[in-house]
Amino acid sequence: MTMMMRGLWKLTWIEIKIFLREPLGAFGTIGFPVLVFLVWGRIASPKMVTTPAAASGFIRVGLPVLASLLISVSSVLSLVTIISIYREGGILKRLRATPLRPQTILTAHVIVKLMLTAATLALLLMAGKRYYPVGVQVPFFAFAMALLISTWSILSIGFVIASIVPTARFAQPIGAIILYPMIALSGLFVPLESLPPVLHAVARVLPLTYAVSLLEGIWSGDAWLAHVGDVAALAVVFLVCTALSTKVFRWE
Amino acid sequence: MVAVDEVSFEVNEGEIFGLIGPNGAGKTTTMECVEGLRTPDRGSISVLGLNPFHDVYKLQDRIGVQLQQAQLQKRIKVWEAVDLWAALYQKKTVDGERLLEQLGLVEKRNAWFMNLSGGQKQRLFIALALINDPEVVFLDELTTGLDPQSRRAIWDLVRGIRERGKTVFLTTHLMEEAERLCDRVAIIEHGRIIDIDCPESLVKRHCPERTVILATDVLDAAEHFRVIPGVEEVICSNSQFTIRGRGDDLVTEVIHCLSENQIRVTDFRTVLPNLEDVFLKLTGRSIRD
Repeated sequence: MTMMMRGLWKLTWIEIKIFLREPLGAFGTIGFPVLVFLVWGRIASPKMVTTPAAASGFIRVGLPVLASLLISVSSVLSLVTIISIYREGGILKRLRATPLRPQTILTAHVIVKLMLTAATLALLLMAGKRYYPVGVQVPFFAFAMALLISTWSILSIGFVIASIVPTARFAQPIGAIILYPMIALSGLFVPLESLPPVLHAVARVLPLTYAVSLLEGIWSGDAWLAHVGDVAALAVVFLVCTALSTKVFRWE
Repeated sequence: MVAVDEVSFEVNEGEIFGLIGPNGAGKTTTMECVEGLRTPDRGSISVLGLNPFHDVYKLQDRIGVQLQQAQLQKRIKVWEAVDLWAALYQKKTVDGERLLEQLGLVEKRNAWFMNLSGGQKQRLFIALALINDPEVVFLDELTTGLDPQSRRAIWDLVRGIRERGKTVFLTTHLMEEAERLCDRVAIIEHGRIIDIDCPESLVKRHCPERTVILATDVLDAAEHFRVIPGVEEVICSNSQFTIRGRGDDLVTEVIHCLSENQIRVTDFRTVLPNLEDVFLKLTGRSIRD
């Protein structure tokens, strides 16, 4: 047990260092969502700072949730890419040839991505202060928790995607094709009720729909109790995807 | 598809055992089954008294592995890799810094994996395979793709592993490597083991032919050579004679014949068969095909 914890900690720490040594990757994952947020915020609301009451619903709730989701999705895409590169390069196989448990190897990557998500969110909230007058009450800690829960769930989808991508070269595009449309249908831009029935039904089974509902609710100050259903849905996604990826995950 | 069938062998403690054969013969598959990385459909394997399938973590704690074509994280530093590996084992590990010293990697300890040369990468993989002071070390195509100089340096390291009392199980498609390193080899082709023995015995058993090549101006020399006991064929081209035959005494007999008939030679050399010839003989094709 102690050996496993030691191995997990060492591997996690080394993966963080390696991630930071890849400047483009670090920027793409951390910088991109923050940039989207800042640019969009500037275009959409030059007067936000002075008149918060007049702010549209999207700027007040939708934009921070969108930016947070982008953080989450880019973490997952980066996970998919790294896992497929590691598989292609035989790194996963080499680690498996040690007493290290396979779950420990994957857990280390999940921890790195969750830490990354939390760090980017903190950066985003600091940047967001420009657009939100001091005193606006947002439950930052609860929101961070909600984002981590959502990311955890989406990461499990990432493992399924990582299992099916044929080569590392396709990892990013395939992941993006699967994940980004989920954001479009998540109810963030168009309320679910106004979607055509077919798309509505599709949206109901997409995990990001529940992530958006949870994030929007917590950001607006809802109690956790009001979103038990969302958390449960995300937990189901996590369990199903984890079970699925233990079946289909390829180490080499 | 069945990659390996009818493979049966034992590796003795403290020896360097080589599994040799062409690419695609089933060397890696066999080795990965023994290491516990792959589950065989049938058959039984025991390593250090452990079953590689059921006791895989116990086994991996006691063995060291170098995989064919494995990579590490591009931007992991040499010392970090050694430090990480040292944290993965239950049993006491050896001093990583000393290991880097022994493998000539001290100047590279802060280098990223991606910036190492092929030889340095392989030496790092040897370091990782030795970090847990393993009882058995598995080396899969260790020197493939290396230049001759690095290859020789690696061979010395492998001999050093044996001198520390460890058992080495390696695969190679290089006959020279097998001949120079291995105490015993198993020849594998199409997933079957054809023969197992020490390299000299394999050569003796399968290729008893000896060849003497000499040059002389004595024109009727061929007549004398043909009557030497054991000689099967004499080929003469200009002043060069190629004498083929079998038996350990052939070379002595040829020398004896030369002095008896006072034949003056300007060149004399013998060609002894090697593992490459054994392989050709046993499989009907060259290992490079």
